Amino acid sequence: MAPDLAWLFILLPLLSFLLCVFVTRPYPRLSGYVTIAAVGATFLLALLAFWAVGNLPADRTIESSIQWVVIGGSVLKVGLVIDSLTAIMLIIVSLVSFLIQIYSQGYMAGDPGYSRYYAFMSLFTASMLGLVLASNLLLVFIFWELVGLCSYLLIGFWYQRPAAAAAAKKAFLVTRLGDLGFLTALLVAFNATGNLDIRHLIDLAEAKQLAGITLTAVALGIFSGAVGKSAQFPLHVWLPDAMEGPTPVSALIHAATMVAAGVYLVGRTLPLFLAAPDVLLVVAVIGGLTAFIAATMGLVMTDIKRVLAYSTISQLGYMMMGLGVGGFVAGIFHLFNHAFFKALLFLAAGSVIHSLGTQDLREMGGLRRFMPVTFLTMLAGALSLAGLPPFSGFWSKDEILLDALRFGGVGQILYVLGLVTAFLTAFYTFRMFFLAFGGEYRGVGPAPAGHSHHGPPHESPPVMTVPLILLAVPSVLSGFLAFGGIFGTFGEFLISRLPWHPHYEPGLDPTTMALSALVSLLGIFGAYAFYGAGWVSPEAFTSAFRPIHTLLVNRYYMDHLYNWIARRVVLGVAAVLDWVDRYGVDGVVNAVAELAVMMAGSLRLLQRGWVQFYALMVTFGIILLAAFFGFFGDLIALLRG
Amino acid sequence: MLTAIILLPVAGALLLAVLPPDRRLIRAVSVTFTLLPLLLGIYLLANFNLTQAGPQFVERVPWVRILGFNVDYYLGVDGLSLPLLLLNLLLGFLAVLVSWNISYRDREYFILLLILVAAVSGVFSALDYFLFFLFWEVEVIPMYLLIGVWGTGRREYSAVKYLIYTLVGSAAMLFGILWLYFTAGIGTFDMLELGRLNLAREFQALVFLALIFGFAVKLPVFPFHTWLPDAHTDAPTAVSVLLAGILLKMGGYGIIRGVVNIAPEAARIYAPLLVTLAVVNVVYGALVCLNQVDLKRLVAFSSISHMGYVLMGIAAGTQTALTGAVLQMVSHGLITGMLFSLVGLVYDKAHTRQIPDLGGLAARMPIIGWLFVFAGLAALGLPGLSGFIAEFLVFLGTFPVWPLAAILGVVTVVITAGYILWAVERVFFGPVKRVALEQVGDANFVEWLPLAVFAAMIAFIGVYPRWVTEIINVTLPQLVARLGG
Repeated sequence: MAPDLAWLFILLPLLSFLLCVFVTRPYPRLSGYVTIAAVGATFLLALLAFWAVGNLPADRTIESSIQWVVIGGSVLKVGLVIDSLTAIMLIIVSLVSFLIQIYSQGYMAGDPGYSRYYAFMSLFTASMLGLVLASNLLLVFIFWELVGLCSYLLIGFWYQRPAAAAAAKKAFLVTRLGDLGFLTALLVAFNATGNLDIRHLIDLAEAKQLAGITLTAVALGIFSGAVGKSAQFPLHVWLPDAMEGPTPVSALIHAATMVAAGVYLVGRTLPLFLAAPDVLLVVAVIGGLTAFIAATMGLVMTDIKRVLAYSTISQLGYMMMGLGVGGFVAGIFHLFNHAFFKALLFLAAGSVIHSLGTQDLREMGGLRRFMPVTFLTMLAGALSLAGLPPFSGFWSKDEILLDALRFGGVGQILYVLGLVTAFLTAFYTFRMFFLAFGGEYRGVGPAPAGHSHHGPPHESPPVMTVPLILLAVPSVLSGFLAFGGIFGTFGEFLISRLPWHPHYEPGLDPTTMALSALVSLLGIFGAYAFYGAGWVSPEAFTSAFRPIHTLLVNRYYMDHLYNWIARRVVLGVAAVLDWVDRYGVDGVVNAVAELAVMMAGSLRLLQRGWVQFYALMVTFGIILLAAFFGFFGDLIALLRG
Repeated sequence: MLTAIILLPVAGALLLAVLPPDRRLIRAVSVTFTLLPLLLGIYLLANFNLTQAGPQFVERVPWVRILGFNVDYYLGVDGLSLPLLLLNLLLGFLAVLVSWNISYRDREYFILLLILVAAVSGVFSALDYFLFFLFWEVEVIPMYLLIGVWGTGRREYSAVKYLIYTLVGSAAMLFGILWLYFTAGIGTFDMLELGRLNLAREFQALVFLALIFGFAVKLPVFPFHTWLPDAHTDAPTAVSVLLAGILLKMGGYGIIRGVVNIAPEAARIYAPLLVTLAVVNVVYGALVCLNQVDLKRLVAFSSISHMGYVLMGIAAGTQTALTGAVLQMVSHGLITGMLFSLVGLVYDKAHTRQIPDLGGLAARMPIIGWLFVFAGLAALGLPGLSGFIAEFLVFLGTFPVWPLAAILGVVTVVITAGYILWAVERVFFGPVKRVALEQVGDANFVEWLPLAVFAAMIAFIGVYPRWVTEIINVTLPQLVARLGG
């Protein structure tokens, strides 16, 4: 594969974006086809790239770069690289995006913004592919911001809804808070090394030339960006609100790909973290904490998409924890598996929402009879998320737990935390599942305003169910890539062609496997006891733990805190400064002016209007110039003797 | 060639004065006599020699020779001035399009607009400090009248404020220029020649202050900025475009060419002060934006914040930072020009600029709405658009010298995103707020054409900044060498 072909991954969907904006806008269906064709082509290219990388000699990669800005001796390069990590990411992004673009034809049918939707989806796919291809941090940052832009535009897709507009803004601002660190890391890294090439930075870190406080700052800065993008504690607050976007958007951007970018970036630059163990520990702890906290909030949500959103945060925390305990392969493997089963879960939820016109779990129930395909595919996704063997989530979760155990120290605490989280995950997943599909239909007649769907629940059209089925396949099977594949196991392929040599120790730990399978089963059983069989009344249970329930429903009051800071502190300071500007700084200026005018005794002159004043100023100016010339003429004569 | 660029708009103004005041004729003349200089400017760009650091397309004739007072009619452009000259020619042309619907005394309006464009072209072409000053002064009067006669709100107050502020700054500048002339004692106002001297340190420190004051008012630098929100808010749309788009850049350009290059040692002495003021500009301007309820005033304050990055780059004095500063001037000229045009359209159609009275406009005016989102994203530094690379270069170049300032600049990026996205949300998103807004229309061809040009330029520079940075870097190394950076 010719290296320059890598740019096609970005250019094809970008072209489709431009076509959707400038050409096919009046023909919505055509915009859809153009996008599907472009994204489909990138999937074929991704397969080609995978094949090409697999056939490369070990440790070789495909690279292409151009000089973007040259200033004196400094060169800002932007370049692409396809190595084994990129090859895997390309397949995830292009395949999931392709299936979601097909599905969206059904979900978005008849929406007045249909062309705009596909335009933004194309732009997103281009940016996301660019992000995983970029070989230096500057280009990563550029695409990083562009996927953030697409996220903003698509969360706010139904911008007439105030909640959607507010959620879009919140997502952009909160992630940007994390990006401050990322941007600072770029400055520090460039200042220290004169180069933002990731391979170069990795080499320097491994050779201990990039070390100490500088390396810590760079790694911490990168992680700060990842915390924002991958919705890690304490910047996770934007992701649940992001569910205001259309559900296929949530599936693609806020579950499978963009939110995983933070995990990807930490994985991509992991040697920097390995050389800065303090930061690595921060990654592990933040990841574990996020996984646990998000799972607890997932327990009490009544909106089906919000349950999934918290589960995404939790799973991203899991991946981050995996990387933090040095489990490069485990973390990326979980990212890979999660992308498919979480996209599936979101699309299945979308199928339900599309059919019922509500996202409230309390208005669902009994859907297994009305929507058999959605029911079965969602079950596959739920089992995978719950981590039940042999579904895909089980295998990668297991590797992460095992790596935590091997890490020792804090790793052992994280191991326990991970098991608890696994239990909570299984519980809330099947709580959601039983509430939606179990029992009897609790729906209440016609759908609320704004949705064109009404009447009894019905299965979605094939254009939506076929992508569900196609995503169910990897959700069930992708875990087995741990044992073999075209170019060896997932792990073997992943570490084979990278700029560094990750530590990878394959192996299975029977105890961990048994424990994690057990907690998963317990969780499912617990959910069944509460929401399936009704042995225990959730209401009674909740009222017994009222304070905890209130805390969780209010999301630990973190949104309240951020709102308070934004409204009271930031806007308060702004108001004070504005007042100071008007009456302080400008007050002095006006006072000086008035004083001058008063001293000149010509207050009335100003008030007579501009014509007179202008005439005066011109006269004044001429006199002034004449005086200058006269005065300086004399001065010169004087000086020249 | 440069003379033609300066005189063509003047010729247009004279034509307007003698031709019958026919609406279409006035516009045809105005378009022609701003488009022709723009085409000449593009010709200069095409023939610009990227290997020659000194001035090109030079025209020099002795002009005033009285009593040892040697003023030359000396024009020329180099890597520093060419991008800004082109920006002025482009904005001048677009400003005519933006002014299409002016009806009150349109002949006089366009005459003044043309003279304004000519004067600013003169500022960016003049290499004789005295000539530079004359062009600088010529700009003040048409701007004063344009705000005072065609403005809105407290237009007379704002116009007089602008005038007095500028004249006070100019007086200090004139004093500085003459002092410099006589102290240097080489009998020329040649800015490049003066920029090769090594003046006494104490003299540099004093003349620096006199010279920079006028430019600092123009840029504007806190605490001399309070004319700006008033003038920008009350000026007619196209005049705000020119005021923010190009007149502020005269300040930045002046500081680089007329102050720092001539008194480099003083620049090093005052660098801590300048960088502090730059940070204040950036942070303070952005925070004050958050409290604005008039959309136009918000954009005006954002200029204070964004021009702070220019000052930061100049204060850092590294080649990267200075490249960023100049690129930021070009970029901000385009972005803020686009934003002011958009605010003007919103005002024309909705008859208010008060953010609380607006809401949900994107549904009624999608072209204006989405272009506003585009311009807003450019202003908040979205990669791929021109603002990002300009600010990034400033940060990159400032960080080694003033790390804290660079980081504070980076942090402000969030505040910027905050006030822009919040404004977008309140004005364009949500349900249509009032019945009166249900009827507003979208942009027509003459209205969106200049916006499309702005957008294309912003995206082009954002994707391929080398196109501009290569030109800037033809000339910068000399300056950087003088600064010892």
